[in-house]
Parts: sequence; structure tokens; C-alpha cells
Amino acid sequence: MDLLRFITAGSVDDGKSTLIGRLLYDSKSILIDQLEAIEKQSKNKEDGEIDLALLTDGLRAEREQGITIDVAYKYFSTPSRKFIIADAPGHIQYTRNMVTGASNSDLIIILVDARSGVVEQTRRHSIIASLLGLPHVVVAINKMDLVEYSQDVYNNIVIDYANMAKSLGLKEVTYIPISALKGDNIVEKAATTPWYEGEALLSILEKVQVQQDIDLEHARFPVQYVIRPQTEELHDYRGYAGKLHSGIYKKGDAVTVLPSGVTSTITAIELNGKEVEEAFAPQSVILHLADDVDISRGDVIVKSNDQPNVAQELEVLLCWMDTKPLAAGKKYLLQLNSTVVKSVVKELQYKVDVNTLEQHASPEQAVLNDIVKATIKVARPVAFDAYKKLRTSGGAILIDETSHVTVGACMIQ
Amino acid sequence: MSQYRLDYLDQLESESIHIMREVAGQFERPALLFSGGKDSITLVHLALKAFRPGKFPFPLVHIDTGHNFPEALAFRDMLAEQIGEKLIVRKVADTIKAKGLTEPKGKFASRNALQTFTLLDTIEEFEFDACIGGARRDEEKARAKERIFSVRDEFGQWDPKRQRPELWNIYNGKISKGENVRVFPISNWTELDIWNYIRREKIALPSIYFSHEREVLEYEGQLVATSEFIQLEPTDSVVTKTVRYRTVGDMTCTAAVESVATNIDDIIREITATKTSERGETRIDDKVSEAAMEDRKKNGYF
Repeated sequence: MDLLRFITAGSVDDGKSTLIGRLLYDSKSILIDQLEAIEKQSKNKEDGEIDLALLTDGLRAEREQGITIDVAYKYFSTPSRKFIIADAPGHIQYTRNMVTGASNSDLIIILVDARSGVVEQTRRHSIIASLLGLPHVVVAINKMDLVEYSQDVYNNIVIDYANMAKSLGLKEVTYIPISALKGDNIVEKAATTPWYEGEALLSILEKVQVQQDIDLEHARFPVQYVIRPQTEELHDYRGYAGKLHSGIYKKGDAVTVLPSGVTSTITAIELNGKEVEEAFAPQSVILHLADDVDISRGDVIVKSNDQPNVAQELEVLLCWMDTKPLAAGKKYLLQLNSTVVKSVVKELQYKVDVNTLEQHASPEQAVLNDIVKATIKVARPVAFDAYKKLRTSGGAILIDETSHVTVGACMIQ
Repeated sequence: MSQYRLDYLDQLESESIHIMREVAGQFERPALLFSGGKDSITLVHLALKAFRPGKFPFPLVHIDTGHNFPEALAFRDMLAEQIGEKLIVRKVADTIKAKGLTEPKGKFASRNALQTFTLLDTIEEFEFDACIGGARRDEEKARAKERIFSVRDEFGQWDPKRQRPELWNIYNGKISKGENVRVFPISNWTELDIWNYIRREKIALPSIYFSHEREVLEYEGQLVATSEFIQLEPTDSVVTKTVRYRTVGDMTCTAAVESVATNIDDIIREITATKTSERGETRIDDKVSEAAMEDRKKNGYF
């Protein structure tokens, strides 16, 4: 059994909540007391059907104030896979929410209303999916019941979307006609779309290969914590604790510690208290090195024959997430995995229109939900990879120095 | 299939260990909130994997309501001694006395709400800047929206509207003086994941998680253990049943379920077949209002 993290993109009007409710309900992840609670709330409905959208209903604070809190997480599993859904609400602050939810997802379900086809919002969702480098896209063409399950309608939307996907460089795109409300093609294939040759949505989610998304080629190990028991029997014990973000490490590997560039050799790898010959992403382990080198939190141990970039100036695509705008010249803390450094945003080169992908040169500032190309200078050299090459070593956040709030998400170019 | 492939439990485990080590790396005075229940026992197991052969970079902290199951308390002391880590216990009864708090009244007079006072006092006493807790997002909808690193103000309050976006595997633990962070390393685990992990890792649990005979009060469809903390009336229906606990909280607000499950395999079979959620079946305190948890969290509850 393995794990798939996915995000659903779409607004209430697209039937996103109904789709999530349907997946949870039909996979039997909803239990009686939760069902009773939503039945009570659906009572006013005349048709007597329960409103599955209520399963993703928010907190009282959200209902009372008409706001949406960025991302809620939902869980369900089938015999072959555990699923984690990042449910990012539509409308308000959409870019920020979607960037947050997508940053931890392997797959995105983009909902398209069969009656309206590919619209501006579809384009926006797809652009964000491409910027965040999501490996798998499922385009769920919903409300097929309202277009009489027309194959022509479906085919036209597929052609439209495929053109856009090509221009955005989205690689693995799967299309599926569904009706979340009726449950068509969600868990089982529906008789209403005999012309559809693919599988039901749940089967697609169960079978999509996510293992290959973990990069095993480029070994990156950011040190989180140094374990030094300093007891009598473990007097010289010095272990570097961390998670392999990518790659494979073997005992005997020649390694380089960045940013210092000091070299050494792996003498032992501990996994769950036992020594192992090798370890791979995303395992959490303890590494031991041959030489008594100065290593602390924030350093990255890599294999000497495959090193990331080390630089003090970073070109980034930056999603701004704070209500206070960003202007060139402002200072922030930049956090990249366990590295935290002072930084200054030197220049805003252009702003990306998330509806058209057009670039507007030299913006004066970036406001909430803007995506801009910027140059950031950091106080000391940091090790990183291009986000497009290695998501786990190319994403960083900006932190406000005084409020300590996370204000920006950077994808290093 | 590649040999470099992790089972979902291994992936969850590695994520949780990573989060614990982030706490160790980012904070000066962290603590692990330990209740003696299965989720916090799982946290201790994960901490052993994260930090051995070193010592834990934090003490275990128990906020003792005085209404605990004796089996859970005995297990708590046994575990702390076995792993040789520091255990700090602070009692709600002492806070009630020192602060002149009003004891709740009623049939199931629960100190659950008063627990928050003791927790906040303890955080202040030891100047804890981060408290690791065993909450899971599948438990409840307020928890479904809480961050893994959840920043609380100096009153311990959670503000759902002002949460920091949490991206990739990057956790922002920067805080101002007076603030603290609640950290939930098993956010992404479900009840069933916990049980499957307990089975796989052969983690020991207090005996009340397994089927046993117990005198219980039948009250509005729930079975509540009789104890000195519960006011019995002559009309109450008190019976002896074969039960186990699905969650372990206070004796006043945790209900038992009828079960003959004497081992983990039986329990997993029962949970897989169950029709009721963990909190819905066993927590009397969540039924008070639809937003009970949301309100408690806003007041500093963990």
C-alpha cells in the first residue's frame, strides 16, 4: 500500500465539494455520526438527497464571516492506496491557497463544468499546476448529466484543454467525463457514458504511478539536527540526523558538505536504530562521516560526484502571500529546508498574469496572490537546485523578520 | 517494482520523524505533551526513532486532570521510566486551588476545559516555546484545518484566520516572545494508520484499549465507566459489560465501546468494520456543540 497526495481545484460552482464528498462517501470513509450531522443540515432540501458538499463544510468562523481558511485536509483509503486530499477553497485568495495545497501534492484534479468548458479559471488552475511542477493532471469534466452525457461536448473540451496543456508544458494529462452529483465514473464506470474508454476516477487515482516522482538520482540530505549523546559509552558518537529529500546514499560514498565544500566519506547509515548499507528518499536517517568536520543544522550533505548549485543570488518565481505588499529592497528571512538566511529582494523583473501567462515588466510591487519573477540576494551562499529539476531542493519560503509570518513562496529558477 | 519503494506507513513515519527533528532544530525549550493514550504513545515511539541513541531534546509533560484512568497513569510512569526520559506532571487540581477556579458541576463534571489553564501555566512555568501533541486531522474538522506548526498567541489561542501557509516540507517555527507553537507530527495519520503502525511496531498500550469487563453506566447510548468522578442517581442503569476503549481521555468524558477484541488484529478488524467515527463514538465532550473543538482550540486547548 502506498500514498497519493492530491489537490482538487475548482470552486463550489464546479462541484468540487460534491466530488470530494462523493469520493469519501462512495469509498465508505464517511461514518454514521458524520452522515447524521450532514443529514440534519440537508433536511431543508426538497429532494431528500443528502448534500455531499456539506462534508467539506468549514468552521463556524468561516461560515459566520464568509471567509475561507486556506487548505483543509481530508483522508480516505482503498485496499491499495492511502489518499490525502488538499482541499483548497475557491474564490478568495485563490492563488495563495492553491500554491500552498499544490506544493505538497503529486496530482491535481482540475474540474471543468461541461456546460462552460475551458474558462479563465481552468486556465489559471492549469498555469499554477505547471508553475508548481505537479507531475500528474486529471481533468475531470463534470456535470455531464446536464449536457446529456454528450460525447461531442466532452471531445471538444478535451481538444481545447489539450491545446492549452501543450502550451503550458503539462505532461501527463488524463481526461474523464463525470457527474459528481450522480456518482457517474467516480468509483465505478457509468452506463451513461458507454463511449468513454478510460477508467473510473478512483481507479485512475489508485493506479497513477507516483513512485517515479521521487528523484533517486540526485542525492540531497539537509542536516536537521546533530545527535551527540556524550555519554561514556558513546563518547565519540556524532550522527547527522535528517531526511533524504532525494537520491540514494550508500556506505562508503564520497560526500561533500555544502555550502562549505568540505569532503568526507559516509562510514555508517542508521535507519530506525539499525545500521543499513544504503538509504533512499524519503527515508529519515542518521549519517556518520569519516572525518571530524564542522557540520551543523542547515548544511547539506551531497554526493561529491553530483552537486547542486551554490550561490548568493537566486532567480525565483515568487508567489506573494501577505496582505502587506512586497517592494524591491525589502529584507526577509529565506528558509530553504533547514537553512535560514537573511535575504533582500533586489529586483522585481516581471509579474506573471495567472490568467494568460503574459509578463508585465518591472512591476513596482507585488500584492497578495501575485506571482512575480524576482532576484533575491542572500547573506551567505546557499545550496539549491532549480525547482523544475528537483522540487524538494528548489522551493523556499520568505518570512517577515518582525511578524515572523510566511509571506512568500519561492520557486528557484 | 523498484526496491526503493516505501510503504505508506514508512512514508508517514519518516514525515513525522522529520517534523520532530525540525522541532529539535528550531526551538530552545520544546516539550512533548503526553497523555498516556495511543496517539501520544505513538509520538514517544517516533521520538525514540528520531533521537536515539541520544536523549530526547524535550521532556514528556502530562497535564493531569485528576480524572484519568488509573491504568493510563500506571502506563505513563512505566513508560517514562523504561525509556529513561524526564516526565513533568502538573495537576489541574492544583490550578483550581491556586487560581480559585470553579469546578464544573453536573453528572459528568469534566475538567476538560480547566485543563487549558494548567497547560498554559505549565508552558509559562517552563517557558516552553513548542509543545508537540498527538492530534490528528482526521479526528475533527477544526483539526483538519490546523497547520502542523500551529502558532499560538501568548494566551495559547488558535486563530484559524491567521494561520501561516505551510509549503513543501518547510516548517516556519519563528515566533515572537510570549508566543508558542503547537506541533502535530501525526497530523496526516488516521485512526486506522495508528493502529496498523502499533501492530507493525509492536507498541505496548495500556490495558484498557483491550477488551475487559467493566461496570458501566448506560447513558444516552454511551457506556461510561462508573467511578468516584461520576454522580450516580437511583434511576441510572448500571451494568457490567465487556468493553474496550477506543480513545483514552478523562473518565468523565470518554465512553467505552462494547467489544470482545483482545488483541490488535481484532481491534483493527472492528475499526475497519465500524460505522461510527472515533470521536463520535467515544467523546462526550465533542457533542456539546457542533463547534466544540473549534471553540476549545481558540481558547488555548491543544
